[in-house]
Formats: sequence, C-alpha cells, structure tokens
Amino acid sequence: MEDLKIDENTDHYILTLKDYEQGLRAGKMLGLRCRNCGEIMCPPMPVCCGCGGKELEKTEMGGEGELMAFTITRVPPEGMDAPYIVCLVKLSEGPWVMGRLDHDPEKITPEMLGRKVKVSGAYAWSDKFSAGEHTCPVFKVIP
Amino acid sequence: MRDVAIIGVGHTKFGKWETKTAVELFAEAALQAMEDAGVEGKEIEALFVGSALPDFGEGQAMINVHCTSELGLGQIPSTRFEGACASSTVAIRDAHMWVASGEFDVVLVGGTERVLPMGTPLATRTFAMAMHAVSEVPAGLTFPGVFALVAMLYSKTYGIPLEKLREKMAHVSVQNHRHGALNPLAQFYRKYGDLKVEDVLGSRMVCDPLTLLDCCPFSDGAAALVLCAAEKARKYTDTPVYILGTGQGTGGAMGRFGEELIRPPSRVMSARMALKKSGLEPKDIQILELHDCFTPAEIIALEGMGFFEWGKAADAVEDGQVDIGGKIPTNMSGGLIGKGHPIGATGASQVCMIVEQMRGNAPKGNQVDPVPETGMTDTMGGSFGTLSHIVLGRSRR
Ligand SMILES: [Zn+2]
Repeated sequence: MEDLKIDENTDHYILTLKDYEQGLRAGKMLGLRCRNCGEIMCPPMPVCCGCGGKELEKTEMGGEGELMAFTITRVPPEGMDAPYIVCLVKLSEGPWVMGRLDHDPEKITPEMLGRKVKVSGAYAWSDKFSAGEHTCPVFKVIP
Repeated sequence: MRDVAIIGVGHTKFGKWETKTAVELFAEAALQAMEDAGVEGKEIEALFVGSALPDFGEGQAMINVHCTSELGLGQIPSTRFEGACASSTVAIRDAHMWVASGEFDVVLVGGTERVLPMGTPLATRTFAMAMHAVSEVPAGLTFPGVFALVAMLYSKTYGIPLEKLREKMAHVSVQNHRHGALNPLAQFYRKYGDLKVEDVLGSRMVCDPLTLLDCCPFSDGAAALVLCAAEKARKYTDTPVYILGTGQGTGGAMGRFGEELIRPPSRVMSARMALKKSGLEPKDIQILELHDCFTPAEIIALEGMGFFEWGKAADAVEDGQVDIGGKIPTNMSGGLIGKGHPIGATGASQVCMIVEQMRGNAPKGNQVDPVPETGMTDTMGGSFGTLSHIVLGRSRR
C-alpha cells in the first residue's frame, strides 16, 4: 500500500495542519500572516479569515498570551481521563487558540482569568474515530 | 414565493425510550401530525428529517429513508438534514423553501434522535464531533465545556463576578424546570418544579462553573410537522400557523470567534435574516423557544437575537423578564433543560411548542394569555456552527 500514499503539498496551503501540529510538538506556535490585511491566524487555513485573501505567509508566534477562559472538565468523553483543564488563550499576536492548561485542577480559581500564559508543550491524542493523532498546545501560567 | 402554513404537529414524550427506535419515534410523531392536520399519507409529497447522530445512537445512517418507508410513503423524495442540535430547524427551513417555491403543496418535516443508548462517555464523545475535530477535540473540549468557557468569558467581559453570574444562570434552570414540570411531554414532567437557586449551585460540578442542573439532559424523542401552501391550509385546519421568516448562519472553530464567542455572528446573522424576512423586530415577538442547552446559552441567545442589550440578559433573567408577565416569555415548554434535548428533534419540538401556544393548547401555567400572535425559535448546532431561526405568526404578513 506504500505506493498509494500521497505526501506532497497542494497549491493552496502555505502551512498545512500537519506542519502546524509538527510545530506544536517541537514547541513552536506556527501561524499565517495575511499580506493584504495583516491578520494573523492559526490553526492554518488556505485563505485569510479576516479578508478572504490568499496572499498568506508563514509566521512563528511567541507562544505567549492571555488566559481568556478555562474549565475543569469532570465528565470526560470516551477515551479521556478527568479531571483536566481546557483553556481558551488569546495569543499576543492576536489569534485565540484552544488548548490544555498545565495546572492542578483542584487548585485553580477564577482569579486566574486574565493571567499571562505561555506554551509549555503539546498534547497529542487519538482514538478510533480521529483518523490518527492530533495535537493541541499545552499552556502554563507565567508565575 | 408563496406563504407556508403549519397545519399539523406531533410530538412524542421526551425521555428515555427503551422500547422504541428513532424510526418508530419519528413515525409516532409524524402520524400524530398527519392526524392533527387531517392529511393522508398519499398527500405527502416529500419528507425532511433532522437527525444528528443516528449512526452512533443506533447504527442507523440515512435514517430518512427508513422513516419514509416506515410510514408507507412510497418513493417520495426524502432527505436527512444534519446540523448537530439544529438539525431539524434546518430541515424545516428547507421544507419551507420547497413549499414556498411551489414545487410541493404538502410535506412532512421533523426530527428524531436516540441519545441515551450511547451512554454518557460515548454521547459526550460523539457530541464533540461537531466541534473542530483536529484542534478542539484533542484539548478535551466537551459541550458543557463550551458553555463553561462562554460563562467565564461573559463574566470577564461584562465584569460580573463569576459567583454572581452563577446565581443569575441558576435562575434559567429554575424557571425552565418550573415550566418543564408542567409539560406532560417533558422529560422532567412533575419533577424539579420547585427547584431553588441553591439546588442548582449545589448540584454536582460537571465542567466548572456549570453544575449538572445548569445542563440539559440526554434524551430520546421525536417531533414532526405538516407544512402546506398557505392558500390551501384552510382546507385542512381553522388554526394554521404561518412561517413568516427563516434564517440560517454558519460559524467555525471556537477560536476563530475570538471575543465574539459570547456574541456569535452566526446567531446574529441568522436571527436578523429571519426577522427581516418576516418584517418584524424583536419588540414585535410575543414568545420565544430558544436553545438553552446550558444556562449561559439562554442568556447569550437572548442577547444575540436582539431581545436584550449585550451583557444585560443575565440580569433580565434574574428579574423575571423572560417569564410569563415579563418582557418576553421564553421557553414556556421547559426548554431543553426542562423538556429534554433529543438533539435532532429539538428544533421541530420548539416549533410544535409555539404552535400549541398559538392554539391556546399549552398546559396551564405555561400558556401565555392572551395567546401569542407571533413567536420565534432559536436553535444552535455545535459550538455556534449552525444557527437557525424561524419566525411564526397566527396571521399572514
Ligand atoms: Zn486578510
């Protein structure tokens, strides 16, 4: 089956999801910048989410941002163990990303909202439905 | 385009159905709707079925085909609509278009779902499939999680301390359970009618800050409607309810919403589209059935549809502004929280409930008096991925 495998870039993706996830696993927060309107976006897409333009270029972000919301998940989906913290982070460069927060679920309080966070790793996960492994960033509160 | 009327409604009880399949539940609701309309099977020209996860609920894909066959409707065109929890609202919107266009005069539309056979872990997993599978699912985001994040962001954005917001959110659960307890079709009929704010706050934590009583239940059930060209509706019924306008809007991964997550543009666009088509404004609407899958969902829906200013609906709910006698009676059926949420059936159920209000047939304690002349439904699929609205009236425009 090896000879049936397609592994090449297509015309419209400057940065593919696979590149983005590999970046996360290497500790890098990759994204795209629109040459037309300046919008910075991730996860990647083939057109600008701000203006629809196709003139995009790769960019590497700093991985720092603000903790906008989080939740301690106590009832997990099949295949995950609770409790864990899901967080929504506004990166310094603009995009909002979903990730895990590396923090003790029993010690986090709403006062943590608005705190600065930084990418501290990546969480890779797969199950029988996911068509292979997918990755999200893990953030840690900057003391 | 022609005007379209609803001439019959049918609705199974919502709850745990161990003795019937989703196809059988649909057939029950559909036959009730056809009997209510006085329509024979041979008069139905097409079938539109909303169902979100029948593949996982019972291993049944293409459920529309088996619903059509079960009802003995022959070879008429039949289509399944999937928009997660808004599946049957988009089915109704499309069914309406086909009748309005003149292609069909009489069609059957509804939704059906069995969620409980999946059990909580698989149901939680499959519901999450409506999110962005490659970026949000690995993070472990669940549906209560979506609205836990919404509550947090609402608290942060509008400067309402989270503990205060939790009390306001609890009023949504108290009110919707009070009305659900009066509705014989509701999952929680005669249960939780005297729920207190403290009960909601003290219930088991599911996804902080949401407790179990901030959440709608998993449910099985079905609901159906018969739609008919308005010019022919009086042949079947003296109490047609007209579809005055519909709307639909589309979102994406939650991160793409940014700060708009508590003011989802997909909802704003859909609600405005439906109201514009009906020639009405929020102040003209007399009753709402909206998507209260979790308590903060009701609060941001009231704002996104234009019934309250941004950041003000949490106070309005606490003040009784969305109960009978308030500014806009909302979820008099009990909503998703009190009535139950068999996801693919919910949108059709919301429309059925407003039709019963307009006929004066809602249970005592839930019926708005005088009967509402206008009403509106709001249904949300995924994390604001599919929004759809339907504006209803007792009179044509
Ligand atoms: Zn752009």
